[in-house]
Amino acid sequence: MDYATLIQVSDSALRLATPLLLACLAGLFSERSGIFDIGLEGKMLMAGMASGAAAYLTGSVWLGMFAGIGAAILFSLIHGVASITFRGNQLISGVALNFLASGMTVLIAQALFHQGGRTPPLSGGARFTPIELPFAEALADVPILGPFYAEVLSGHSALVYVALLAVPTTWWLLYRTRFGLRLRAVGENPESVDTAGISVVRLRYSAVIITGILCGLAGAYMATGLQAGFGREMTAGRGYIALAALIFAKWRPWYALWATLLFGFLQALALRPDVIEGTFGLAIPVSFLDALPYILTVIVLAGFVGKAIPPRAGGQPYVKER
Amino acid sequence: MTLMKSFLGAAASLALCAGAALAEPALIFDLGGKFDKSFNEAAYTGAQRWADETGGSYKELEMQSEAQREQALRRLAQSGANPIVMTGFAFGDVLNTVAPDYPETKFAIIDMVVDQPNVRSVVFTEEQGSYLVGMMAAQASKTGTVGFIGGMDIPLIRKFACGYVQGVKAVNPDAKVIQNMTGTTPSAWNDPVKGSELTKAQISQGADVIYAAAGGTGIGVLQTAADEGILSIGVDSNQNHLHPGKVLTSMLKRVDNAVYDAFKAGEAIEPGIHVMDLKVDGVGYALDDNNAALVSDEMKAAVDAAAEKIKAGEISVHDYMADNTCPVE
Repeated sequence: MDYATLIQVSDSALRLATPLLLACLAGLFSERSGIFDIGLEGKMLMAGMASGAAAYLTGSVWLGMFAGIGAAILFSLIHGVASITFRGNQLISGVALNFLASGMTVLIAQALFHQGGRTPPLSGGARFTPIELPFAEALADVPILGPFYAEVLSGHSALVYVALLAVPTTWWLLYRTRFGLRLRAVGENPESVDTAGISVVRLRYSAVIITGILCGLAGAYMATGLQAGFGREMTAGRGYIALAALIFAKWRPWYALWATLLFGFLQALALRPDVIEGTFGLAIPVSFLDALPYILTVIVLAGFVGKAIPPRAGGQPYVKER
Repeated sequence: MTLMKSFLGAAASLALCAGAALAEPALIFDLGGKFDKSFNEAAYTGAQRWADETGGSYKELEMQSEAQREQALRRLAQSGANPIVMTGFAFGDVLNTVAPDYPETKFAIIDMVVDQPNVRSVVFTEEQGSYLVGMMAAQASKTGTVGFIGGMDIPLIRKFACGYVQGVKAVNPDAKVIQNMTGTTPSAWNDPVKGSELTKAQISQGADVIYAAAGGTGIGVLQTAADEGILSIGVDSNQNHLHPGKVLTSMLKRVDNAVYDAFKAGEAIEPGIHVMDLKVDGVGYALDDNNAALVSDEMKAAVDAAAEKIKAGEISVHDYMADNTCPVE
């Protein structure tokens, strides 16, 4: 693999990793507060549909993005009501929301636009346009680092940079603020948080709302950044890969960045069978590369590479008193 | 009582007679819905053309869920509709069980072979249409490298790919064809994001015309090709209008003709396998205002000449599904 190809694959990897990263961080907030959320996929779909539809109707990509965030928060709150207020099974609620989103997005888009469950193609101000980072042109001639900066880092839509900035922000929020300490505590031992006089319910609700915001960004990025409109089932399982990445990252923000970048890189590499053959000297089936994120996750779960320990109170509804 | 009975009987037989005399054809749309800008809409266009020409009317039904298939078929058959046309291979299994129960009713299924005495199975020679657009791709390409992006890796899509490559090589034997399949699961039909990335990857390898036979994934391919300033080729219905001036052409599958023919034949429709090939305008390429500037007279002449030769049997395009191999790569 020559350097130009590596640059191209990395560029593609960053684009493919962004929705995974946003969804992974979304899952991180929820699961760190003790609410398992396998409904990331459904929330991203809802956000994609809402942002595609709103961006088309208003002509503004930003209004579309807020509509997407709104739709994802709505789904988060349904999950919250089911699993926090009514103490239902979090996995079942998540699965149900995925099914609901899968059908509802197509239904709404079909009712609005009659295009087979798609939203009409967006153009102009209704799409995210690439942002050139400062000095990208000037630095492009610098050997090695220049092309990397100009081709890989520069020239993505705003949400890619939002996603990258979300990583240090999440780290700071979780490990350097009072809110973060409480959030982590409520996922490990909600009784002690409650004993300290802090509302478990309120903390968990704020966590699922943050999950909604991040899923909303992921969905909006796919429908209005990467694509020019929503298509049925367009998330194509990315919500599940994000969950795998979350386990792979052991529920930590910086690891989440590396995990999703790795998964994104594997996906980008799978698009270039010729490069794989040229580099490794043998043809690796594309389906193997597609499966690799899951295989890696299973290896991590099995405890071969460090131990992945989920938040201790995850999945259990909190009952104040019996 | 007996009087009542005979009245009822008379009414019933009258109704039956009326049903037989006025047997309306019926059309069932698959889950994509009537206005999906693709497969089902083409079927609708064909039915509408028949209605406009003959002044007749037809029944139609849009599927809302997977579970409705059998119920919908039986309801239409009981209502006396004849023939009943359905779009999409997904009806295959259901039709196989329903058709024997209504031996008097004729059915037609598109894109699937159902072996029943009262069923017409309409299949298309996608390799011939793909051959023609492959020729156009090779002529329009300046780099000598063209691309193919398929949806799910199944023999039907390899059939598209194989015909396309044969067409490309017929014009330019040295041309390079980059082939990618989106995936191996049904989600490969609906992953426009991956379609976009595949397009970018093929562009970086030098491709400047890309043919997408990938359902919803193809929307992402056409979009990215238009954004990046290269040409793309649409599939199934005429997709030239999606990005005017940026879609070279579309490989047409004339589902509308299949529906029109079936409606026109009415109850006398012939059962058995009905092949829609170039000869009967079953497949072809799209030329309209949106791509007129992209297709030179020279290109058009070459493609039309090849089409004539295929019709006459002078050029035979290999069908991948015949032996699951492709002679060229």
